[in-house]
Amino acid sequence: MTLSTFKRLALTVLFLSVSLVGFARDSKEGGDDEKFDPKEMILHHVKDAYGMHVATLNQGKENEFHITIPLPVIVYTDKGLTTFSSSAFHHDYHGHEIVERNRQRFVNVHEKVYVMDDGASEVTFDAEGHPTNAHRPTFDLSITRNVFMMWVSIAVLLLIFLSAARRYKKSDDYVPSGIASFVEPLIVFVRDEIARPMIGEHKYKKYMPYLLTIFFFIWINNIFGLIPILNGANVSGNIAFTFTLAAITFIITTFSGNKHYWQHIFWMPGVPVPMKIFLMPIEIIGMFVKPISLMIRLFANITAGHVIILALMSLIFVFKTEAMAPVSVAFSLFITVIEIVVTAIQAYIFTILSALYFGMATEEAHH
Amino acid sequence: MDLITPEFGLVFWTLITFLVLLFILRKFAWNPILGAVSEREEGIKDALASAEKARQEMENLQADNERILQEARAEREAMLKDAREMKAKMIADAKDEAQSQASKMIQQAQAAIESEKKAAMAELKSHVAGLSIEIAEKVVRDELSNKDKQLKLVENMLGETTLN
Repeated sequence: MTLSTFKRLALTVLFLSVSLVGFARDSKEGGDDEKFDPKEMILHHVKDAYGMHVATLNQGKENEFHITIPLPVIVYTDKGLTTFSSSAFHHDYHGHEIVERNRQRFVNVHEKVYVMDDGASEVTFDAEGHPTNAHRPTFDLSITRNVFMMWVSIAVLLLIFLSAARRYKKSDDYVPSGIASFVEPLIVFVRDEIARPMIGEHKYKKYMPYLLTIFFFIWINNIFGLIPILNGANVSGNIAFTFTLAAITFIITTFSGNKHYWQHIFWMPGVPVPMKIFLMPIEIIGMFVKPISLMIRLFANITAGHVIILALMSLIFVFKTEAMAPVSVAFSLFITVIEIVVTAIQAYIFTILSALYFGMATEEAHH
Repeated sequence: MDLITPEFGLVFWTLITFLVLLFILRKFAWNPILGAVSEREEGIKDALASAEKARQEMENLQADNERILQEARAEREAMLKDAREMKAKMIADAKDEAQSQASKMIQQAQAAIESEKKAAMAELKSHVAGLSIEIAEKVVRDELSNKDKQLKLVENMLGETTLN
């Protein structure tokens, strides 16, 4: 890495990939050799983190400066609840910076808070880089980067849809105007292209709020993930996020299941008895595979998009030349455009499959 | 492995955030918007239905008008026909009546003429008979006054008789 600070800054602004440079430089700090490790950089980017790191200025110099939004770290241990600002770690995630709070010592190891065992003064690591004399807190409820971005996204969603709803209240003739005329086609799309055909005319109404909410929630988080200056928060590409939404879909499906649905799972009608017995475990597995596929599909698609863009950007640092920049930019621009389409497609797929599962659970017998 | 292990904290916050979002949007956004949209769709549907109904009514009205017009035309036709028939009948009747009346009058006239004629003849006969007797009386008286004349008379009368 022979780029001067000025050149780095120029590139940073040019590519709007502030986080990338920041992480690229950070990764150098950890190892003794000067080698750039794209894998570590990418993984750090797509995973969650304490604090919103936007950029590092004057890397490695005396006047090194981090542009960061500090976020609260909230951990619950056997000694009770402890909260402190993520800035207490001073941007360290290698377990060097020890934060003493509430008679406990916390360290940040690869963006995971660890509680040091009593008596330990320095974190030691095993061969795989896991701390040997520190453990995870019982509950880590920190407002991480993803939680923060999720809240920003719901603030935007509420702003959009509450003001849209107010438009309808104002006009007596229900003619959409302003933002309402923008969101109404989307809402009608979810209703007429997703809920109605998948669930059926009589029952779709009950599921509309849920379907609309997941559609827009996933979509906006997908979009936010593509904005580099927000540090490309990878909310919808985080398995915890997709796991939660898939679990809600699974719960709703299970509780909506009618007699017909359960009969199809445990005692498939219309086939001989040995076949019924054979199908039962398959159907039971299928019940769980459906939400798991939802979870993995969204996670993998969004994360893959981030990984590709970051990998293309890493080429500049792998080849250690600015000459690579136009190629990287051209390719990552291309992928970003595709990703913009993917944001909507993945939200659509998650929603339509949820609707399909609800439809299957509430379908009436028609043999 | 880290990448595909759901963190409890994020699951927790996602769940709470999502449920809060769902609740708020459902109450303050989806229900009003969906309500408004479906209300408007109902309105459009109603408007279309009533337009269709109005069209139907219009058509019915037109059909009624047409029918009434048709009926009126038929009635007029029938009335005209009746009138024409009546006229013809009246004319024919009048003709017949006049004919019979005329022939009756002619007959009566003829009968009257006949009877008058008869009466006149009878009167004439009696007149003539009287006159003849008178003339005969005078003539006889005259003739019988002298001998010559009596003879002459006889002669004349004999001559006349021969002629007859």
